[in-house]
Amino acid sequence: MAHPFRHVAIVGVYNTAQARQFPEHDSASIALEGALGALEDAGLTPKDVDTICTQFGAEDVLTLGLGPVTRRHGFPSIPGVLDAAALIATGQSDVVLLAAGGAGVYTDHAATAPWTRPAHEFVVGHGLFTAAEFALIARRHMLTYGTTPEQLATVAATIRNNGHVNPKAVYYGRGPYTAGDVLASRMVADPFHLLDCATTSEGGCGMVLARADRAFELPSTPAWILGGGSDSMGPSYHIAPRWDMTGSSDPEIPNGYVGRRAARRSFAMAGLRPSDVDVAEFYDPFSFEIIRQLEAFDFCGEGEGGPFVADGHIAPGGTLPITTDGGLMSFSHAGHAAQLLQRVIRAVEQVRGSCDSMQVPEARVAICSNGGAGALFTDVLLVGSERP
Amino acid sequence: MTVLVAQQPGTPAPQPGRLSQPYWDGCRQGELRFLLCDECGAIPPHPSPICPRCHTRSLRWVPSKGRGSLYSWTIVWRPQHPSFQVPYAPAIIELAEGAFVMSAMVGCEDADLVPGMQVEVEFHSASDTITLPYFHPHSAPPADRTG
Repeated sequence: MAHPFRHVAIVGVYNTAQARQFPEHDSASIALEGALGALEDAGLTPKDVDTICTQFGAEDVLTLGLGPVTRRHGFPSIPGVLDAAALIATGQSDVVLLAAGGAGVYTDHAATAPWTRPAHEFVVGHGLFTAAEFALIARRHMLTYGTTPEQLATVAATIRNNGHVNPKAVYYGRGPYTAGDVLASRMVADPFHLLDCATTSEGGCGMVLARADRAFELPSTPAWILGGGSDSMGPSYHIAPRWDMTGSSDPEIPNGYVGRRAARRSFAMAGLRPSDVDVAEFYDPFSFEIIRQLEAFDFCGEGEGGPFVADGHIAPGGTLPITTDGGLMSFSHAGHAAQLLQRVIRAVEQVRGSCDSMQVPEARVAICSNGGAGALFTDVLLVGSERP
Repeated sequence: MTVLVAQQPGTPAPQPGRLSQPYWDGCRQGELRFLLCDECGAIPPHPSPICPRCHTRSLRWVPSKGRGSLYSWTIVWRPQHPSFQVPYAPAIIELAEGAFVMSAMVGCEDADLVPGMQVEVEFHSASDTITLPYFHPHSAPPADRTG
């Protein structure tokens, strides 16, 4: 049977400049810059687009004067890429535009960023925010397996050093960092120090998918969707984020390993194993998430994520380079959705061989992810340089 | 070392929902409640019209004895909102009846927190209409329940 996404190509990716602030922009305008940049990268124009799957959806349809076109609501993230691919694979669309951005959203710095502060009745009164929610998950792993703050700090230092050498990262040149630097930074929500946590910044990005026969006529180098999946355990930041929570679809997979079902489906679709992956563009809201994802996605056994990162696997030149642009910790984290789509963009850049820094030599298969156990969801996508 | 205490009124307060109002009514009356399925005994993780396990409409609020054990916690030093006094210790409590509660630890020092420690509920008002459950180590003297 032919691969379901054999006739779907990622033909354009783009990041605007990323910075702490862009006073001249709002989220819609910087997302639009991401969209236009991705179309230019693909060698296409807005008039070629027949489906909009952007953060501002119908507003972008009007702004670009595209109607009537197909539009999809929701986050332009890994599920958005999979929906876009399905629209093309089923003949409903030829060219899909995804874009996201954030600017002018985080203004009150006495509080944590607005997207980190859930208002739900069962968490708001006790001062929960994303760092605390993810800390409640990390604590369980540390208690169960003896995972250490030093192992968490090793993850953070690795990712931050990737950003340190990336000229496009918001925190370019701010390192290099050691695990000791991370442990010496002030405590935010134990066990997370400041440098264990994602940064906040502003920026936009975009991506274009097209039918494969169109892709071959374009000047850009296509990348291919080898597999994907999406796992939810429930709404983010509504209830106690419990490692052991399970549901009926697979009681063997607790919330602590949310994303495992998605990863296994992704690898099955691709006909690949974790050992076939050349680079892992993992979503890094907090350092512990990398250790968790390594276990959830079967790169190592349960409880082995801490030793795995301590043994140098994720270091430059290691068996599994991670989050090579600096991720949410150093490259950018614009809050709503841009940082989700940017994990996919970086995976595409890796398999295209077009990274300005930390290019993994001859990378052919990249995994990327969105979400985390503290948020009760994790999405997985496998991107490749060869047509499936 | 810092003794953990309840927040003063003025922090962002919960907005009860249609299904959760009995939970908050209970807190105001000094009674911790949880949802239980009369049909299959499941304890839903959030207020819902139906049981997440047997999918019957058999849920009712029942009182907890207010005791349990510490499942997970964090110590927050960077508050999500400046109205929160730090440090505070959001905690997941596993009640003796099996329900899990999102709460916070008080009445001990942050370094005293150990997994599985026995804890007991106490209540503190957060606003004119909202009272929040907190937990202290079981061996600690009961706090003033009027908060």
